[in-house]
Amino acid sequence: MRHNAVYTPYHPRWHRTRVSTYWWLGRWSYFLFILRELSSIFVAWVVIYLLVLVAAVSKSAVRYQQFLDWSRNPFMLSLNILSLLFIVLHAVTWFNLAPQAMVVHVGGRRLPGSLIAISNYAGLVAVSIVILGLLLIRW
Amino acid sequence: MSDHITLHVARYRPEKASETTFDAFELPCPKEWVVLDGLNHIKDRMDGTLSYRWSCRMGICGSCGMLVNGEPKLACATFLSDYAPGPVRVEPLRNFPVIRDLVVEMGDFMSKLTRIKPWIVRQVEKPLSDGEYRQTPGELDEYKQFSMCINCMLCYSACPIYGLDPHFIGPAAIALAQRYNLDSRDEGAAERMQILSEHDGIWGCTFVGECTKVCPKHVDPAGAIQRYKLQSAVEWVKAFVLPRAAQ
Repeated sequence: MRHNAVYTPYHPRWHRTRVSTYWWLGRWSYFLFILRELSSIFVAWVVIYLLVLVAAVSKSAVRYQQFLDWSRNPFMLSLNILSLLFIVLHAVTWFNLAPQAMVVHVGGRRLPGSLIAISNYAGLVAVSIVILGLLLIRW
Repeated sequence: MSDHITLHVARYRPEKASETTFDAFELPCPKEWVVLDGLNHIKDRMDGTLSYRWSCRMGICGSCGMLVNGEPKLACATFLSDYAPGPVRVEPLRNFPVIRDLVVEMGDFMSKLTRIKPWIVRQVEKPLSDGEYRQTPGELDEYKQFSMCINCMLCYSACPIYGLDPHFIGPAAIALAQRYNLDSRDEGAAERMQILSEHDGIWGCTFVGECTKVCPKHVDPAGAIQRYKLQSAVEWVKAFVLPRAAQ
């Protein structure tokens, strides 16, 4: 509808408001949502970082040492700490949202959502223990 | 507690002004009054030109959705005393064009609703002589939550994606599609999937989750959309791995 249209009872003129560019700052849940979306960049960074680590380890001990020195500089440390925080946010929000997306039936009964979330956390703890175990055995 | 409360009500009178203004009304505030009672009081005794939609007064018809202090609410289910001492800001639903005062244009939602075929689709209707389509309580439970939707559009008002991209088919329409897909008597899931798997369908949703939080009937549209995505992804994988079986 044209904005300069003349109003009559048979030619209504609707009022439309534009969504602000900063709509996500207006409410905590919107802000958290944007942080969750942003976390995907840090997840991608960690994947790249791990690939660089694998490449360095496969090349030589010198390259691995260079990788460790590179990782030690304050910028990389800050980036990786920030990435860890975002990945924790990503995992926690993902696990908490999973029950809404998954409906699991066992023996004809629907499992409660909390059980699906708890099983996700249990899986995370189990995998973490296995990795920790491997590291401890190695050392 | 004060026995009066001030309502700042959004006014849009296209014959007089091209922008929204706010009028302040001081009202009595008995503890049993909801926002709709306040609006009816204004309409009856203070300013008869105030326009808003309402019908049932009991959270069934879905007509009186509006923003109360910025939150999408049913005016008939929002107690004024919860906002005491006020003031309370009452505005039309966000993300919709405003026709007048608190009345929004809902044609877009209605056309989206019909697109997803919110009725039981049968490939072949059985003759009446065969009797009704029977359903177990368990089968009813599968879709009952989604059938509680009253089309009040609060979820559209809470959804930033719909605000940014009005082509997005939206939470309630998808939840209602899921209501019929999960109904054991329905055979229209494939037809609905064609509409909902388009760009403006389920994949437009980025799971903000606000639709579920504001739903006055606890329908969980966000959950319906995510389940739909999972189902769609599983079907895509099936078609990829077993192309013949999918045909």
